Amino acid sequence: MIHASHFTAVLLFALFASTVFGITQRETPRRMFRYGVYCFTLFVGSAIFLSWVMFIIAR
Amino acid sequence: MRYSQKGMATAPTKTAAGQNAQQGFVYLPLIAGWLFPGAGHFLLRKWGRGALLAVSIIGMFVLGLAMKGKIYTGAQDILDMLGFVGDLGNGLLFLLSRVFGLGADQVQVTTADYGTKFIVVAGLLNVIAAVDAHNLRTGRKPE
Repeated sequence: MIHASHFTAVLLFALFASTVFGITQRETPRRMFRYGVYCFTLFVGSAIFLSWVMFIIAR
Repeated sequence: MRYSQKGMATAPTKTAAGQNAQQGFVYLPLIAGWLFPGAGHFLLRKWGRGALLAVSIIGMFVLGLAMKGKIYTGAQDILDMLGFVGDLGNGLLFLLSRVFGLGADQVQVTTADYGTKFIVVAGLLNVIAAVDAHNLRTGRKPE
């Protein structure tokens, strides 16, 4: 059994989901890669941003 | 004057291979892609894309199981129903996990909650991948 931290789970989720989004939503390999990186950045970035928002609200 | 035969031979071969892939039942890549992640793209000879899709979706499903994620078995309320629909997107992976009794019945630890979401999202991503294979097959998406 894997005991992944929340952040590890976010990274894994973002990696796999971005790969599928990149391949399915764009036509050329170059644009697939760029869109995959874009999605990955947004997934991880929004998770970090929302974590800080919740941290500040909870204080 | 000497001509290179290399370029002249590859173009018709590629066209013939593409035409062979375009023959047959139009929904086959969609169904194959749903049953096994990446299979729809494999049928269309998109080996790289199919392999990446298979690794991503199967990896997500297996990680979900490894985190003791829950496999939805029925629909008691609307959230269970939505989770069940998401799980069904995994095709044969879902059926095999049911047959072999994989996955937890109850979510007992925090990671199991993550795992449950991994399994549901793997199913939803598999549906997107299968529809992409169908779009490639019908020509709606350029190759």
